Amino acid sequence: MSFLPKPKLHHPKLPTNALGYTRRDYEGSISTLCAGCGHDSISAAIIQACWELSIEPHRVAKLSGIGCSSKTPDYFLGASHGFNSVHGRMPSVLTGANLANRELIYLGVSGDGDSASIGLGQFAHIMRRGVNMTYIVENNGVYGLTKGQFSATSDKGSKAKKGAINTDEAIDLVALALQLGATYVARGFSGDKEQLVGLIKGALRHKGAAFIDCISPCVAFNNHEGSTKSYDYVREHNEAVNRLDVILGRAALTADYAPGTVQEVVQHDGTVLRLRKLASGYDPADRIAAMNYLQERKAAGEIVTGLLYLEPEAEDLHDHLGTVELPLNRLDDAALCPGAKALEAINDALR
Amino acid sequence: MKPTDISNPDYFHRVVDCQWACPAHTPVPEYIRLIAAGRYTDAYMVNWHSNVFPGILGRTCDRPCEPACRRGRVEEEPVAICRLKRVAADNKDDIAARLPEVPAAWNGRRVACVGAGPASLTVARDLALLGYRVTVFDEQDKPGGFIRTQIPRFRLPESVIDEECGYILDRGNIETRYRTRVNSMKALLEEGYDAVFVGCGAPRGRDLDIPGRREAAANIHIGIDWLSSVSFGHVKSIGRRVIVLGGGNTAMDCCRSARRLGGEDVKVIVRSGFEEMKASPWEKEDAMAEGIPILNYLVPRSFVHRDGQLVGMTFEKVKAEYDAKGRRSLVPTGEPDAFFECDDVLVAIGQENAFPWIERDIGIEFDRWGLPRLDEASLQSTNPRVFFGGDAAFGPKNIIWAVAHGHEAAVSIDRFCRGEAVRDRPPPHVRMSSQKMGIHEWSYDNDVSLDLRYKVPHRDPTVALRDITAEVELGYDRELAFKEAQRCLNCDVQTVFTARLCIECDACVDICPVDCITFTEDGPEEELRIRLKAPAENLSQPLYVQDGLKTGRVMVKDEDVCLHCGMCAERCPTGAWDMQKFLLNTAKTYTMREGAACRSR
Repeated sequence: MSFLPKPKLHHPKLPTNALGYTRRDYEGSISTLCAGCGHDSISAAIIQACWELSIEPHRVAKLSGIGCSSKTPDYFLGASHGFNSVHGRMPSVLTGANLANRELIYLGVSGDGDSASIGLGQFAHIMRRGVNMTYIVENNGVYGLTKGQFSATSDKGSKAKKGAINTDEAIDLVALALQLGATYVARGFSGDKEQLVGLIKGALRHKGAAFIDCISPCVAFNNHEGSTKSYDYVREHNEAVNRLDVILGRAALTADYAPGTVQEVVQHDGTVLRLRKLASGYDPADRIAAMNYLQERKAAGEIVTGLLYLEPEAEDLHDHLGTVELPLNRLDDAALCPGAKALEAINDALR
Repeated sequence: MKPTDISNPDYFHRVVDCQWACPAHTPVPEYIRLIAAGRYTDAYMVNWHSNVFPGILGRTCDRPCEPACRRGRVEEEPVAICRLKRVAADNKDDIAARLPEVPAAWNGRRVACVGAGPASLTVARDLALLGYRVTVFDEQDKPGGFIRTQIPRFRLPESVIDEECGYILDRGNIETRYRTRVNSMKALLEEGYDAVFVGCGAPRGRDLDIPGRREAAANIHIGIDWLSSVSFGHVKSIGRRVIVLGGGNTAMDCCRSARRLGGEDVKVIVRSGFEEMKASPWEKEDAMAEGIPILNYLVPRSFVHRDGQLVGMTFEKVKAEYDAKGRRSLVPTGEPDAFFECDDVLVAIGQENAFPWIERDIGIEFDRWGLPRLDEASLQSTNPRVFFGGDAAFGPKNIIWAVAHGHEAAVSIDRFCRGEAVRDRPPPHVRMSSQKMGIHEWSYDNDVSLDLRYKVPHRDPTVALRDITAEVELGYDRELAFKEAQRCLNCDVQTVFTARLCIECDACVDICPVDCITFTEDGPEEELRIRLKAPAENLSQPLYVQDGLKTGRVMVKDEDVCLHCGMCAERCPTGAWDMQKFLLNTAKTYTMREGAACRSR
């Protein structure tokens, strides 16, 4: 960690976005994580994504649980709403907030302990309900805050810093999210921001449950030989299926791509997701194929990254429940107290 | 791109913009830190070794360091380097014990210095410290040269000149011959000196030969001559209405002096545009603040006189026009001439070198501008025994250039007297030292101040204008000096990168407040500059490139606006980044002897 805040001075030619903000305006306070933590790179990617999308910081609610990853919302979007919940309980707080005010952009930040161990149940239910949100797991495969025990996402056979071999099977959160009905599923790597920023932008513009499993090396406890979540290991075994560019409004293709290598998906709000295919034949629209592909590559020892599954016209929890359009805090007395006649009508309907 | 060779001292020297821009290469950030620490005497000594006249330069330097200052590129204004130097001089303790020892033993060599200005005095100091016997000739009766005769007292008190010349002249091995004009170089050489240094300045003020010049001569004065008469107290008053011709710093000194000697309506009139004037911006500001207007695009046509008495001047009105190549010419606007009434005119339109005392048959060649032919690095003339420096070398410059020439000439003379090749220049002394104290503690203050430049307090103008010896600038007090010193970005604390330690975690890229650092595929420099995290558009600033990373990419750091805050090194988990202080001192005669470092290299 550093004692001093990051100097306020910035590059004199730092560009501004449509709102007139520079990227620096999306920063938070200085990180207190260990130097070199992958989580800091993810924070930087979130800052970059929000700046590029010209998101108004006060329209974002960032929620987290407990752990190194869950500390990070303090380090980006200093002007946004934030809620640091109980360990593993971020999903229920996020769901509640989303139900009360559907107009905010919800960003859940969690870790492998927070989501795959103590919060696994909550993780499962928020996915299957299709809450409109971006859910990022900063996955380092280790309990860093408690000094390096295996977590629920540590691969079987991987080695701890002190030499112990993990004998338990790993939970694959991407596989779970696919199975549980998430409508935007991706995997990224904190060491590849070029890919990660696009994935976060796509998730932020997606209506429905968007999940990103982001492998994030723990420099202090999980960056050694024998670890499967180290910078070196992930770089060596990273198999990106595609690259994602998020384009606001329709823009013509400017670069030349070989036919069949670019696929464009229009989102509900007109955003275009432009996928540059890297693995031939990979189709992110096919949930079952995606699940098969993941298992296959995993068995071959590869780490598949990229946008793995996307359902562009997804429904969310509000659609399922038929809730009122307005945030609850903007409902007036007439809407909240529709009167005796309305009550009677409801009662009649239940008779 | 070729990886940067940081073992070449020029690379990191360039990063220290102020030091690189300073002709004498004074280690600026080093003394600014000492001022911030309240170590004024230490700060003074850093300056004294490098620029010889810290108290004088702290008031009068042309400050090439300030336009170069990196701070000016990240916020509005550079650090007030020059005025901080004065703080060191104002607040120091007695330095007598800290001056290097003048050897009692004579080394058997004699050197003559013509002129007792800054260039000659620097040569004399550097050689006296080696055991040379130096004889300094000057036609005045006190040392300092133009420092004493040209710079008005309200900018530089005489006590400061006396003090700093004293640190050189009062310590032995130097004999001064005042009121002695050298009239023949041939005769001087025949006196058997091992070497002669010419530091006599550019003593002739340019005249303006237009109608009326002769008739009205009584009220037309050459600026530099008039200033020295004022300095010696021969001139104590001037007419009520004064026109100063010329746009350089001498013109600014003339108009402000005139204002204090009875000139109520003083104006400066220049041929070309206000922006093109040679005077430093701050000197123009100071003049205008004293109620002196500067009128531009007026070309002098005639002095108007009545009964032998100057009554005014006429000027042709011109405008600037640019041809296709961007060259400017002044063309008449066609409007009627302008007439300005005046009682006196001060002509400050430039200075010329004059060497009537150097015979043309003793092997010293001159070019067609009347300047001596010199080897630029060694300052040796075509007569190997004769060296030039200061304004006498390449025409009028300023004090800090004179000092820089003095150091180089002293090194040359020493090498010449030892029979060594004068063209071989000794390399500078360079020391790199890590500033790391703990995981995130550094032995320099890396907290970047956000303060804007502090103004130097001035004397109340009504008081200042009444007394020509009342110093206008009062200097920073210690508290202001501390705050201003904190604005320094410590550009000499270098970011040093070791590729084999890097794990490419991006921590430095993410934390860098000014987007200096990029990890990317290698490429040619022009192309690489455009695709960095922030485009590196300032081509005068180098890229720091290192290869040898595991992914095969290169680390590229654009030095342009780096704050030297050390955040990259604080966030680096492996120590691939380190903050190392780069301390460079140019080779001097006496350090060469003392440390023997230069000689052994």
